[in-house]
Amino acid sequence: MTIDNSTESIHTVEATAKKKGFGGWLSSIFENKYIGLVALVIALLMPFLIATPYALNIMTTAAIFVVLAAGLNIVVGYCGLLDLGYIAFLAVGAYTAGIIAKAFELPVLFTLPAVVIMCILAGLIIGAPTLRLRSDYLAIVTLGFGEITRITANNLTITGGPSGIFGIPGFLVIGDIDFQNPVIFYYLTVIIVAGLVLAAARLGKSRLGRAWKFVKEDEDAAEAMGIHTYKVKLMAYIFGAVWGGFGGMLFASHLTAISPMSFVFLQSALVLMAVVLGGMGNMKGVVLGALAISLLPEFLRDFSAYRYLLFGILLVVVMVFRPQGFWPPRGAEAERSKAEREAAAFANGLKK
Amino acid sequence: MSAVLEVRDLEISFGGVKAVDGLTFSAKAKEIIAVIGPNGAGKTSAFNCITGFYKPTGGSVTLNGVDITGRRPADIAHEGVSRTFQNLRLFHDMTVLDNVRAGMHLYGGQNFLDAIFHTPRFKRSEARYTEEAHYWLDFVGYRGRRGVPIRNLSYGQQKQVEISRALARKSELLLLDEPAAGLNHSEKQSLLELVRRIRDLGTAVVLIEHDMGLVMEVSERIVVMNFGKEIADGTPAEVKANPAVIEAYLGKDDDEEVTANGDAGV
Repeated sequence: MTIDNSTESIHTVEATAKKKGFGGWLSSIFENKYIGLVALVIALLMPFLIATPYALNIMTTAAIFVVLAAGLNIVVGYCGLLDLGYIAFLAVGAYTAGIIAKAFELPVLFTLPAVVIMCILAGLIIGAPTLRLRSDYLAIVTLGFGEITRITANNLTITGGPSGIFGIPGFLVIGDIDFQNPVIFYYLTVIIVAGLVLAAARLGKSRLGRAWKFVKEDEDAAEAMGIHTYKVKLMAYIFGAVWGGFGGMLFASHLTAISPMSFVFLQSALVLMAVVLGGMGNMKGVVLGALAISLLPEFLRDFSAYRYLLFGILLVVVMVFRPQGFWPPRGAEAERSKAEREAAAFANGLKK
Repeated sequence: MSAVLEVRDLEISFGGVKAVDGLTFSAKAKEIIAVIGPNGAGKTSAFNCITGFYKPTGGSVTLNGVDITGRRPADIAHEGVSRTFQNLRLFHDMTVLDNVRAGMHLYGGQNFLDAIFHTPRFKRSEARYTEEAHYWLDFVGYRGRRGVPIRNLSYGQQKQVEISRALARKSELLLLDEPAAGLNHSEKQSLLELVRRIRDLGTAVVLIEHDMGLVMEVSERIVVMNFGKEIADGTPAEVKANPAVIEAYLGKDDDEEVTANGDAGV
C-alpha cells in the first residue's frame, strides 16, 4: 500500500474541522441525529397545546400527508422515477380498507393485510409495464394510470360510484378505548407515520436504497455493477405503493367516507410538490415539505380568498431561490483515519 | 491455463457500418491484454459488446466456458465481468465510499427487512461494505477524502475511485477503457504499477489505451484493431514490428500526422 502518512493526517484534520458561523450552527442543528426524535416529541405534544377538533383534524391530515410524501420520496427522491399518478395508491389503500371493513363490519386495522397485498398488486400492475420507459414517458403513463384509477372508482358499483363509500367502521375498539376518538386517532396516526418514515429513511441507507440512488444517477453504470435496474425500480415502485396504501387506510378511517373526488390529479401534484420542495431524497426534508404543503394553506387562512395565490407565490419563490429544496440530501459521511481503517479491517479479518 | 475470456469472430454493425468486424482474442487469468487502434477502430464498441451494452450482431463471447453473448449487462456483471468507462460514469452526488460500495452490490448479505429493523445481520453487512470500500480505495492508492460527494474530486481521483469500484466487484475479468487518458506522467506511472498489482490478484485485465509507451510496457499481449478489423495479435515486440500496425498508425505516405506514441489521437 502506498499511502503517505503526511497527506493522510492533513485530510483527517480537515475532516474533523468544525464549521463556524450561523450557517454552521444551523447545519449542526439540522444534521443532528436526534432531530427526527425531536420532531416526533413535538408532534406528540401538540394536542396539549391545541386540541380543538378543527386543529386535530388538520394535524391528522398533515400526518397522513407526511406518509404519502415519504412513500413518493422512495419513488421520486431515491429512485428518480417521476410518478405523476401517485395518488392512485392512496385510492387503492383507502378503497380496499373501506370496502372490506364495511362489508365484513371489521375494524379498519384488520384490513391491513388486504391493503398491503392490494397495493403490491397495484404497484406490479402499474409498474411492470411502465418502468421499462424512461423519464418523460414514464411521467405521462403514470399520469394516465392515476386518472384510470380514479375513473374506475367513479364507475364501479363496488366502490360506490361517484358518491363513494361512507359509514366506514372505526379503526379499532379495545374495551373502553375507541381509536376513533380524535385525540387517540391522532396519536395512532403519528406513531404509524413516524414508524413508516423511519423505515423509509432506513431503506434509503441500505443496499437496496443505494441501488435506487445508483439507478437514479446513472442507469447504465448501475447495470454494469450487476444491478438489475428494472427489478430495483419495480421494488421502489412497490414500496411507494405500500406506503401510499398505509396512507389510504388511515385516510379512510380518519374521514369515514371516501369518494373519487379525493383522488384527483391535484393531490398527486401536491404530494410531488412536498417532495420537491422539501428536498428530493432526504427523508427529513420531505417530512418538512409535506408539513409545509399541508399546513401552510391553513396558516394563510386569514387571507381568505388570496391564500392559494400567496401559497403559489411562496412556492415559486422557494423554487427560484432554492431549486434543490429546503433541505436536500447532504451526501456526506464520516471519514476514517488510516489507523482506524486498519484496525477495522483487522477486526473483520479482511487483511490480505 | 484455460482462458477466462474468449471472444470469437465478434461482429457488430450500426446501420451498415461494421464497427467491429471479426474480432477474436482471449485473455487468461493473471494476464494483461491491451486492445489498441486508431480512434474509431471499434475498441469501445467491442467492450460494449463484451459487457452487454450492445448486442453483437455476430460471433460469441464466452466467460470461463459460459456463453454470455448478448445477455443483459447486469447478468454479465454477475458472471464475473467488471469494467470502467471511457468517460467516467460515477454517481456524482454520492460519496466516494458509496461509489465503491456500488461495486459490492452483488455481495448481498442483507434484505429490506434487515434494513428496516437494523438487525445485527444488517449492521455486519454494512460494516463489511465500509471496510472493503476503504480497502479498495487504499489498494488503488487513493488519498483524498472519502465521505464527500464525487463531484468535488479532481479528475485523477475520480479515475482512481472508478477503478476501486470496478475492483470491489472482485470479478475474474476487468475491462479498463482508457485508464490513462487525461492523467499526467507520474499518475501514469502509478497506474502502470496498479495494473500489475491488479493482475497479481489473479484477475485477467483487458485494457484499451492510446498511450503506446504504457501499453508496450505493461501488456503481455496486444490486439490491434483498425476500421473494426483485427490486424494483429501478439507480444509487444511482435506488434511493434508488424507492417500492418505501422501502416495503421503511421499511414502509408505521410508520417507527419501521427506521432509514434499515438497521443495525437487522444
